[in-house]
Amino acid sequence: MSKKMHTTLKVNGKQEEFLAEPRELLIYTLRERLNITGPHIGCETSHCGACTVTIDGKSVKSCTMFAAQAEGAEITTIEGLGGPDDLHPLQEAFKEHHGLQCGYCTPGMITRATKLLEEIPNPTEEEIRFGMAGNICRCTGYQNIVKSIQAAATEMNAAKEAAE
Amino acid sequence: MKDEVDNREDRVANLKGMGCSRKRVEDARFTQGKGNYVDDVKLDGMLFGDFVRSPYAHARITSINTEEALKVPGVLAVLTAADLEPLGLHWMPTLAGDKQMVLADGKVLFQGQEVAFVVAQDRYAAADGIEAVEVEYEELPVIVDPFESLKSDVILREDLDPTADGAHGPRKHPNHIFTWEAGDKEPTEEVIANAEVVAEEEMYYHRTHPCPLETCGCVASMDKVNGKLTLWGTFQAPHAIRTVVSLISGIEEHNIRVISPDIGGGFGNKVGAYPGYVCSVVASIVTGKPVKWIEDRMDNLMTTAFARDYWMKGKISATKDGKITGLHCHVTADHGGFDACADPTKFPAGFMNICTGSYDIPTAYLEVDGVYTNKAPGGVSYRCSFRVTEAVYFIERMIEVLAIKLNMDAAELRRINFIKKEQFPYTAALGWEYDSGDYHTAWEKALTTVDYDGLRAEQAQRVEDFKAGKTRKLMGIGLSFFTEIVGAGPVKNCDILGLGMFDSCEIRIHPTGSAIARLGTISQGQGHATTFAQILASEIGLPADSITIEEGDTDTAPYGLGTYGSRSTPVAGAATAMAGRKIRAKAQMIAAYLLEVHDNDVEFDVDRFVVKGAPEKFKTMKEIAFAAYNQAIPGIEPGLEAVSYYDPPNMTYPFGAYVCVMDIDVDTGVPEIRRFYALDDCGTRINPMIIEGQVHGGLTEALAVALGQEIAYDDMGNCKTGTLMDFFLPTAWEVPNYETDYTVTPSPHHPIGAKGVGESPHVGGVPCFSNAVQDAFRPFGNTHTNMPHDHWRIWKMANDLGLHD
Ligand code: FES
Ligand code: FES
Repeated sequence: MSKKMHTTLKVNGKQEEFLAEPRELLIYTLRERLNITGPHIGCETSHCGACTVTIDGKSVKSCTMFAAQAEGAEITTIEGLGGPDDLHPLQEAFKEHHGLQCGYCTPGMITRATKLLEEIPNPTEEEIRFGMAGNICRCTGYQNIVKSIQAAATEMNAAKEAAE
Repeated sequence: MKDEVDNREDRVANLKGMGCSRKRVEDARFTQGKGNYVDDVKLDGMLFGDFVRSPYAHARITSINTEEALKVPGVLAVLTAADLEPLGLHWMPTLAGDKQMVLADGKVLFQGQEVAFVVAQDRYAAADGIEAVEVEYEELPVIVDPFESLKSDVILREDLDPTADGAHGPRKHPNHIFTWEAGDKEPTEEVIANAEVVAEEEMYYHRTHPCPLETCGCVASMDKVNGKLTLWGTFQAPHAIRTVVSLISGIEEHNIRVISPDIGGGFGNKVGAYPGYVCSVVASIVTGKPVKWIEDRMDNLMTTAFARDYWMKGKISATKDGKITGLHCHVTADHGGFDACADPTKFPAGFMNICTGSYDIPTAYLEVDGVYTNKAPGGVSYRCSFRVTEAVYFIERMIEVLAIKLNMDAAELRRINFIKKEQFPYTAALGWEYDSGDYHTAWEKALTTVDYDGLRAEQAQRVEDFKAGKTRKLMGIGLSFFTEIVGAGPVKNCDILGLGMFDSCEIRIHPTGSAIARLGTISQGQGHATTFAQILASEIGLPADSITIEEGDTDTAPYGLGTYGSRSTPVAGAATAMAGRKIRAKAQMIAAYLLEVHDNDVEFDVDRFVVKGAPEKFKTMKEIAFAAYNQAIPGIEPGLEAVSYYDPPNMTYPFGAYVCVMDIDVDTGVPEIRRFYALDDCGTRINPMIIEGQVHGGLTEALAVALGQEIAYDDMGNCKTGTLMDFFLPTAWEVPNYETDYTVTPSPHHPIGAKGVGESPHVGGVPCFSNAVQDAFRPFGNTHTNMPHDHWRIWKMANDLGLHD
């Protein structure tokens, strides 16, 4: 074991500071150290996407990164997207269109989808399927996930237009 | 009193009862990252346990040295079989009547087998500890082939008396587990010997794994002060787990509380009892601290609960014009190192004897031989009811093979052999009594919707074009018609470890007209909190939104056998309806009292009891609920509660008709699913939105199994598919959109006529995808090729048929 590293992160708007071994995975930091248990572990080999968070504006599988590598980063997890009083349109849409069953993939799925819709505000079905291919769901068969994301896109675009 | 909610239609809608696509109540927490899965459980001072696992598939253990491991910072204890032996816990009973090592007792029988359990402050320390445990192995000859196993003089299970009977009768060889038979052997052989046409085929239904996104795990917390053990875990059957833990640990059942929190998918993976559970409990007792054990993905794929691995040999006979006369099936079942199948006790091969399928086959015989090999134990029902997937795959392939032999259209062959509507209840040659069905209607609807004749014409044209060098893509039309057998089951023939497979529901109505209902089942994504409330809403006339459903805590929920084999709706759903009816019966008496009429003069109407012939005189269920708590009614106890333990009189038999259209590139082996049509008949439909979701999910798991997902071993018994790199889980990119459809043929014996649906799409989907691939190559001489049809294997099919020449 090597020397612990001083790490600072901003997670869901909150500044965090701690000493961690260099080998500590970011998903572990989030779940065990910071008690942010929305992101889940499905593989720890970057295949499933259950651990997806947003780091400095990019979708990242947090099982594939050491906490130390995220030094200074801004991180958003599902918990930072919306709460009981201000659900994110994607959270609403997944509920509305049955975009989840066991819910285990859902935090990673929704977190990834927020970035996808930033990258492509009006995605085609094909773009959604391609853009979400890093996130595995074992329950839904994806059809309603696609539907949920399409619905959220429509909703968000309408809101944007109304604001303009 | 004035009728506030005026018309009847509004009152019905207000309930959100059966038949409506009620949105799920579970989703608020899941979409906000506030689910509570077992790995989210955190307790003060909690430790983490993990396994030293065997790198060998078959080896003797000559020594285990834990000294260095115990020096690793953060490591508190290392358990080996020697530590468990004094407690009698180094072996545990399996659900199949065999026993399994909790920690390696002198030898290991499969790669990844649990050898020692390291308990440490956190996962990293546990991993360091595992590295430091020194185990010496002496390799033994490895057997990964069940046929070879039955001939070998290498004895795998040295703990068993080689000549003694097993849990299911005589054994033919030290590596043989059981022979199980159904039907009539001689008459079947005779029919086949004298038949006009006989088709034979051998097929291997490969080993795979349910692989839910959340792996298995638990947290054990022994409170030594009060003598109470609490065990959280990914349990599809929490009550059965409590009983098993009590039986093997000696802790009285009332001192054990088992909690299944939110579960991240099960699909059969979370039915069994695993060494991790036992070790966590022991470690908590030893250290006095809570101990968590969570599998990583590799542990999961390599050690807990594989599915399938059936070598099936079939013969089907028919008249020249296609009327099936007999069916013979022999299965060599690879069970791995221990027989840890999760089947009802009397059914060591599950309900494989539903393999006559949807057809009126007068004579049939099935024989299954279970065999030990150096592979992981399991044999669970992966999104199916006890080997039904294997049975349906077998018959749906045999039908295709027979159609080829008869040179007949496979849709037509099915049509002329379906059990007819008027034959239900129908007793099959292998013993089951099918409750209800209307196969012809479903089949015609499916074929018409997809324009089956048009598809066949297009396919014929495609073959011409291919031969003329105009295209390199073939077209396959996959058909399947399945009948499932779910809802285990009647206590008279279904039990697990002696526990009858009934289920239960307990309802309490609160004074202000809301309610809580608790069940013996546990949702793993099926949406029980949503759908069971709908059943109750329709039964007791209170809005589903006013009914909380709770499952999974053995201290509060009534005893039940859990959720798997599509049994929740058929069994617990029935218990829910029956408990609701008890509530209604009492409510009727209260209403009559309040309305000052005789009990028989009031009747239930949606959300109220009305005086017969005077609908303006009524008491709503809400009013009745309040009265139950605030009025002294002569002859009626206060309160409004009911409990029902439901022992189903029969299984339910959902069925469906699926069609898949595929284009296959013969040069790349890539199949493109152009269309998938799924018609399901699950009897009464409780929530169409959830049914559809189940169908999408089940079909996707079927696609996975048919087109690539497998647990494969090399000759040394190394598992070659231990990560998601090698083990195929389809992503959104590979999965098509599905068209869903339905017919409704209620179950005559179920209180609400529901049959269950969660597993149908998997059961019917696998043969449908496989048949599509095989059908594409049929014009070039393919009769049968084993799954999984991954790109390489499809390319190989094309190559073997000379299509690359
Ligand atoms: S846990 Fe990170 S990708 Fe699977
Ligand atoms: S909802 Fe279960 S894994 Fe996606």
